[in-house]
Amino acid sequence: MEINGREARGEVVIAELSRVTKRYGQVTALDRFDLALRRGEVLALLGPNGAGKTTAVQLLLGLSRPSSGTARLFGHDPRDTAARVRIGAMLQVSKVPETLKVREHIELISSYYPRPMAAADLIGLAGLSGLEERPFGKLSGGQRQRVLFALALCGDPDLLFLDEPTTGLDVESRRGLWSAVAELVRGGRTVLLTTHHLEEADALAGRIVLLDRGRLLAEGSPAEIKARVVGRRVRCLTRLQLADLLLLPGVSGGRRDGEETELIVNAAEPVVAELLRRDPGLANLEVRGAGLEEAFLALTGRPDQATDKEAA
Amino acid sequence: MNPLDLQPRRNLPRIYALEAKYEFLKLFRLPAYVVPTLAFPLFFYLLFGLTFRNEVVAGKVGMATYLIATYGTFGVIGASLFGFGVGVATERGQGWMLFKRATPMPPMAYFAAKTFMSVLFGLLIVAALFTLGATFGGVRLPALTWLSLGGVLIAGALPFCAFGLALGYFAGPNSAPAVVNLIYLPSAFCSGLWIPIRFLPHFIQRLALFLPNYHFGRLALKMIGAGDGGPAWSSVVFLGAFTALSLVAARIGFRRDEGKTYG
Repeated sequence: MEINGREARGEVVIAELSRVTKRYGQVTALDRFDLALRRGEVLALLGPNGAGKTTAVQLLLGLSRPSSGTARLFGHDPRDTAARVRIGAMLQVSKVPETLKVREHIELISSYYPRPMAAADLIGLAGLSGLEERPFGKLSGGQRQRVLFALALCGDPDLLFLDEPTTGLDVESRRGLWSAVAELVRGGRTVLLTTHHLEEADALAGRIVLLDRGRLLAEGSPAEIKARVVGRRVRCLTRLQLADLLLLPGVSGGRRDGEETELIVNAAEPVVAELLRRDPGLANLEVRGAGLEEAFLALTGRPDQATDKEAA
Repeated sequence: MNPLDLQPRRNLPRIYALEAKYEFLKLFRLPAYVVPTLAFPLFFYLLFGLTFRNEVVAGKVGMATYLIATYGTFGVIGASLFGFGVGVATERGQGWMLFKRATPMPPMAYFAAKTFMSVLFGLLIVAALFTLGATFGGVRLPALTWLSLGGVLIAGALPFCAFGLALGYFAGPNSAPAVVNLIYLPSAFCSGLWIPIRFLPHFIQRLALFLPNYHFGRLALKMIGAGDGGPAWSSVVFLGAFTALSLVAARIGFRRDEGKTYG
């Protein structure tokens, strides 16, 4: 009964990790991690490098085996062909055979699927028009990334895995890929995205799972996650002591930067009001959004060295 | 249009055919593969086979004929080791094999395509050597002898495909070409594939008995009447065991890959 109800609301789980732990030697990449992907949603796995995002994707793709726990894809073992014909994956591939042309790569990968997408649609969707006869080795970085995107779509998949899809892309290519993904989702597809850009997760996903060091840190809608993790950065020139300021309610971190003081806060207004009350001579006041780096700092209480600089 | 389209299924023979076609094109367009594997055996044959074409090596077999068998062996081994060993190692290292494994590609199609490609390149090398021998080398053999020599040379690709596959799983993507060359070139020399083995020092002739390249060459030489008079079965058994061991090693490497991740 309950299952029928879920199906009616379009919330049937199509991919699932249950209590999955994955160890590589001494390193625990995922620690008793649960993940359920519902039909039609875009779920973003967000976290710094080394958080376990790629590991989660590889387990769901059947590319590696859980140390414990189970991975299911459309009710099958992820390695079953029955599951694999329904998915597509854009992975972090450093090199694709360079002497084959774009059209040839698409023809080959499409042949693996019972109902491939028409090559012309694929070329249009991935923005590869005019590049069909170009060998992969003669493409720019952004064009290569678009070919990998096209190859993930060859089978007209119900479920699309995008592992750091916009790494190394310029702003324009990134927007292009986002709009292509949005179009696919309107067509009823499900997407699992990994990224360390909050902006990307926010632009694409309906639900964000925040991962850190193989553990689930937070889960919710982009708005909920942003409210939890994205604070504001308040900068000013003040005579107040940093140690005292860190004790103010709503202040999650701070530092001295030369003459100035910088605070990471949940909401700027009450903190600014309190600052002005205590130090009317305060100067150079500046309030800015904090990046993911500060957000992780606030959530985990430790500096995150692994986070990519561009994520800030 | 086609009523069968209503229930779409994958066309397995087409997958195998396309996989093989593009494996071939991929390497055929790559000078780093074509030049060493195709040109070196032919160049060496022209250099030694035709320079010493009037020398008699074994029985009544002249150098031009003898070296078709040994450079044919050399060329076929090279095509297999580079196609498989370097191919698998680089595609593993760059994440391409991981991507392919995430697709519903039948894994056998990948290996069958590489085997097909190695055999086809071997065939090209053998055909070119035969042509050079028959024209510039003045080699005259009965049709059946040409055929049996060609057959042995092509069949001999298989053990080295298996060995190349194993190398591909254990060599790193960047070091694979060097590793393959370090195994390929010295073992070819010691097996008498460059210079007839009877001209090599005695200890190398002893050593050769433990090299699969030597046993492959020995079988090829038998076909042209330049054999050592011993039975063929010992070399067949040796190559069979070598193939089996290589496949076991490759399977261990394949399993090991399944358990870990890359990058």
